[in-house]
Amino acid sequence: MIMDRLARALDDRLRLSPLTRRALAKVFPDHWSFMLGEIALYSLVALVLTGVFLTLFFDPSSADRVYHGSYAPLEGTTTSAAYASTMRLSWDVRAGLLIRQTHHWAALIFVAAILVHLVRIFFTGAFRKPREANWLVGVTMLMLALANGFTGYSMPDDLLSGLGLRIIVSVVESIPVVGSRLVSLGLGGEFPSDEMIPRLFVTHVLLVPAALVALVSVHLAMIVRQKHTQFPGPGRTEHNVVGSRLYPSYSLRSLALLAWVLAVLFALGGLVQINPVWLYGPFDPAQATSPAQPDWYVAWGDGALRLFPPWEIRLAGHLVPAPFFPGVVLGGVTFLALYAWPFLERWCTGDRRAHQLLDRPRDHPIRTGVGVTALTFFAVLVVAAGDDIIARLLRVPVYDVLNVLRVMVLVLPLLTGALAVLLARALRRSEATHLGDLTRADLRAARRPARADERTTADEPELPAPDRPGERIELWPDGEQWRWRYRNEPAGVAILGNRKAPTEREAADSARLAYPGVDHVMVPGPPPPPPHPVRAALRRWATTAIGASLLAAALRHRRRRRWGRNGPRPK
Amino acid sequence: MRRPRVAPAPPGVNGRIILSFLVSAAGAIGFAVTYGLGGQTQWEGVCLAVAFAGLAIGLAIWGRRLVPVGGYVEEHEGFPPPPEEQAMVAAVLTAPDSPVRRRGLLAALGLALTALGVAALFPLRSLLPSDRTRPVRAREVTPWGPGVRLLNADGRPLRPGDIPAGSVVTVFPEGGADAGDAPAFAVRLRPERFTRPPSAGHLDGLVVYSLLCTHAGCPVRLYLKGTGRLLCPCHQSSFDLFADAQPVAGPAARRLPGLPIEADADGYLRATGGFTAPPGAGYWSRP
Repeated sequence: MIMDRLARALDDRLRLSPLTRRALAKVFPDHWSFMLGEIALYSLVALVLTGVFLTLFFDPSSADRVYHGSYAPLEGTTTSAAYASTMRLSWDVRAGLLIRQTHHWAALIFVAAILVHLVRIFFTGAFRKPREANWLVGVTMLMLALANGFTGYSMPDDLLSGLGLRIIVSVVESIPVVGSRLVSLGLGGEFPSDEMIPRLFVTHVLLVPAALVALVSVHLAMIVRQKHTQFPGPGRTEHNVVGSRLYPSYSLRSLALLAWVLAVLFALGGLVQINPVWLYGPFDPAQATSPAQPDWYVAWGDGALRLFPPWEIRLAGHLVPAPFFPGVVLGGVTFLALYAWPFLERWCTGDRRAHQLLDRPRDHPIRTGVGVTALTFFAVLVVAAGDDIIARLLRVPVYDVLNVLRVMVLVLPLLTGALAVLLARALRRSEATHLGDLTRADLRAARRPARADERTTADEPELPAPDRPGERIELWPDGEQWRWRYRNEPAGVAILGNRKAPTEREAADSARLAYPGVDHVMVPGPPPPPPHPVRAALRRWATTAIGASLLAAALRHRRRRRWGRNGPRPK
Repeated sequence: MRRPRVAPAPPGVNGRIILSFLVSAAGAIGFAVTYGLGGQTQWEGVCLAVAFAGLAIGLAIWGRRLVPVGGYVEEHEGFPPPPEEQAMVAAVLTAPDSPVRRRGLLAALGLALTALGVAALFPLRSLLPSDRTRPVRAREVTPWGPGVRLLNADGRPLRPGDIPAGSVVTVFPEGGADAGDAPAFAVRLRPERFTRPPSAGHLDGLVVYSLLCTHAGCPVRLYLKGTGRLLCPCHQSSFDLFADAQPVAGPAARRLPGLPIEADADGYLRATGGFTAPPGAGYWSRP
């Protein structure tokens, strides 16, 4: 009752109902892969919430501080204020360690979710026109996420983070001409400088998060404006979105996902130790931890630094040191390629049309091959970041592992990429729906290069509606309003328009937009209920029937065994 | 106004949702109690996880079983907009009184904004170190120099006899032990095993080198005794101390800079100059 009146009062002043009516009925496609970006969003929510708590206790300063606290081994030692406050936060602030560990886990999952989301967008071609701008925003957010992960990791001023920061500083320093000046500008002096931690802090808690939140808003606003893509299917066209509505279905499911993300993060934060800074000890330029591995999302850079051979270039008395190539060039090329991909692909395929229907990975073998190649390459680099651990586990010399990985990082991506192209072609040319259905003949056929007619199938315009018999739009009055639905009798598909329309004309207009060229018919009243309850009832009947027959079979089997009718009793 | 009746739920669904929310409430209470009793990280995490998981399961069942899932279609207006609409907007933007038609004024405005933008970059210079040392010069200067005594980690000056054979001792310059580029190590080797004479010389087999890896600046902390090799824990570069700390494996390409030393009148070790090259990772203007 109160909610009713509040809603009315707001509406009378802001005229929200026309907007809200459409917004609540917004349709989201029902496919799990559309939830990956949401996991990233909710990890960001967790990061902001836990991060605010942490800022209240963290002291971003490299001034000397004598540590007094519950962790006895360091009692009375002089460390930086940053390290001492991190120790206090972990040992003496109630729930401090839980929040700190949850924050760290949330950062790992945040980047992972962004990456998996990016992979989904890439392999399904969701970045194509009109969504190139949103791809650019997304790649920028990935970069910002990496930057914030690294600044956060470096702030506690423990030994491991100090090593990591020193490596990054060395990589920046390797940039020709400007490297040393960039480091000087960033740190306000040589590593380790007194300005370092305050600058990392303001970058980590203000600059990058502000940019991230702004870009997330842009990302979401563009999604709302452009609507979701969808996989091809019955009743799905380039002119509509088929799925469930924002309210009530997706609001509940999305909140459930938020709660899931928080549940997993708090479980990890509470139960799985991460970044135990007290074990590493405070930063000391003369000390190192071993083994030293970074967080997973910078491991590719660390792996590349390990694998790259000791090649340096001397140019007229100047030096281009080895870390420049695996550090700066690889990172730059990676992100440049990500930014450029939608435009590169359009340039190569000549496909300039707008796409609302997604590709499946098999529909575009070359893109799939390139993606698999890149993923394998980076996966080998991530593995290479643990070469010392692998060597220890396998009890082989670390340089043997290194040499094997050096070969693998060049060979394996090409092999997996070629395999991906082959499988995608085979799937596309055969009747198989899954990888497991492929026969040897399919694979042999896939070795032939693409035929000209295959290349054009992607560009084939949609079938005009008259060629698809059995389709129709049904319109009917529902009280004062009108509703419509799409019906394809032979395919057994009935899809309801997502909202009521105030006039018949408006209903017909939406239907015409969603299914251009499909005939409209007027029906007297609401059609029989959608097939879901029937299907559910059938399923229930089927389960009961199967259960009953299994039970009966079991009983009969037992009876038979007891009476020994069919031969001797088993022991 | 008569409210519409609540749609009947399939049997058992309501119960499951309520149970989930009750579990969630129990988790929340458990967290509050754990916190109140003094806090315990694992229990706090588990309680919060249970609280959110209960919420998640309840909401998920609700969203899947009590409200319609799938079967809706929304039309997509498509892009671009109708041509007449585009033309109307273009007409408004390029009307005769429109600012975009005053080319001269726009050029002047552009000039002013560019100047302002460039001027706004100048304060970035304040981020540079306040002592105005040129970065390259700063890289070349370390606390080591003629007459600087070698201290151990406790700040005690060292005599040659304090460096036992076969072990690596981290040494720091007197009066600059905290500097990032200062750490060095001393090690006593048998001179007859040198395959290449140390560039900074040696004192009866006693040599001192920078501790910072020439690859990415990590301290080269791992000493493999019998082989005379030092290993960097970050990227596994390895240096041969018998061959003037030349890199022998891994990604490092330059040898560790050496430090020339002597024993002073009191018998303490002191440097006779700086490192033979700037310590740590390479950079553009490195000599």
